[in-house]
Amino acid sequence: MSLLEFFYRHRQEIMTLTLEHCWLVGVSMLLASAAGIPLGILVARHPKWNKPVLGSANVIQTIPSLALFGFLLPVPWLGERADRLAITALTAYALLPIIRNTAAGIESVDPSVREAARGMGLTARQILVQVELPLALSVILAGLRVATVMTIGIATIAAAIGSGGLGEFIFRGLAMVDNRVILEGAIPAALLALVADAALGLAERRWRRSF
Amino acid sequence: MTGETFQPAIEFLQARYAVDGHIILSGLELAVAPGEVLALVGRSGSGKTTTLKLINRLLDLTSGDVRVEGRSVGNWDPIRLRRHIGYVIQEAGLFPHYTVERNVALIPRLEGWPPERVRARVEELLHLVGLEPAKFRDRHPRELSGGQRQRVGVARALAADPPILLMDEPFGALDPLSRAEIQREFLALQSRLKKTVVLVTHDIREALRLANRIALMEAGKLVGVYSPLTFLKAREPLAAEYVATLGPGETPESAA
Repeated sequence: MSLLEFFYRHRQEIMTLTLEHCWLVGVSMLLASAAGIPLGILVARHPKWNKPVLGSANVIQTIPSLALFGFLLPVPWLGERADRLAITALTAYALLPIIRNTAAGIESVDPSVREAARGMGLTARQILVQVELPLALSVILAGLRVATVMTIGIATIAAAIGSGGLGEFIFRGLAMVDNRVILEGAIPAALLALVADAALGLAERRWRRSF
Repeated sequence: MTGETFQPAIEFLQARYAVDGHIILSGLELAVAPGEVLALVGRSGSGKTTTLKLINRLLDLTSGDVRVEGRSVGNWDPIRLRRHIGYVIQEAGLFPHYTVERNVALIPRLEGWPPERVRARVEELLHLVGLEPAKFRDRHPRELSGGQRQRVGVARALAADPPILLMDEPFGALDPLSRAEIQREFLALQSRLKKTVVLVTHDIREALRLANRIALMEAGKLVGVYSPLTFLKAREPLAAEYVATLGPGETPESAA
């Protein structure tokens, strides 16, 4: 039986686990953006926050993912459901590139543009929304792209704590010593990463070229 | 004469500005009359840009006072104050992601003008600064020459028709031909609009051409205020140094 036939036979489960995987990654990325972009703005505005914020995000990144899933398991509300736990850990991992790129993007705005905006009487909020964020957007998108691709990979490991997703095939394949089963998880995960990378890269370039 | 009721558009009263005990500007006394062009001339670090930024509160005074239209700047809401004053800087500071039209329309839109009025105003202003609206309206700053960008910068500063205009080396980054051209247009524009203009420049030729009065600054102090003609004959050594940099025949009369 060829690999393709093997995949075809399991298409239903591949589909289900792929969607589960997308859900884990999607929710994590939304949460990480909702936290990371404001934190990046904070870091860009107040350099004294640079060390504590980026330092913490950096420390999280150094924790091996399997260990982090394990550490979170006994945490009361989180440990109750595997997907809750997985999303928390994935969100924490995705923070660093998002915070770092948001801060870098805002810091890269030409000072003369910011000064003109202030001198003409824009409020701090108007400067942020109308000038800084749009000008930082392509750098922020680059951060989201790195974070998404990374999260798609790490999410496979979350299957170890039973959160579902494409990692399930990988762990099952390891247990069964069947590479075909491993590939059922690995190939869709790789494709997801490629598609996310291409789509966000396209968005980034299009925005950059729009002015 | 209305001498008694004369009120300066901008007035510095013992204005002082210091950062960490380091004095940038000390005891400045200076009044700018409505409708005049006052040039602040001096070396880099002489306090000219600081003086300018104290007017629109991009910097806050350490002591003394600055009054705009008779009212202390501390009593103005900074946002209202800045929208009452046009601001033009060296690299224009146009928003790169906005078209020419949106750049010029920035303040009118924030002020909530109806769209037709904004559109008409942009058209009028682009004509005023010598840019064909149909050709330039939809371009981005990247697609303009330095001189064109600076014209858009001036149009943007004038958009909400502020009575006061602050210009910080507005034409400094331009090549000599574009600069001469835009200076000519500035003079023509000013003769119609009669704005109160404070212009920072280190180019004495520019000051002599454009200004009604020249305030000479050095090391955070005002050295003196001169008309272009008295500047040329001033005994003040610093003024004489500037005059000495001029070539033969480079007087205001020949420049005018």
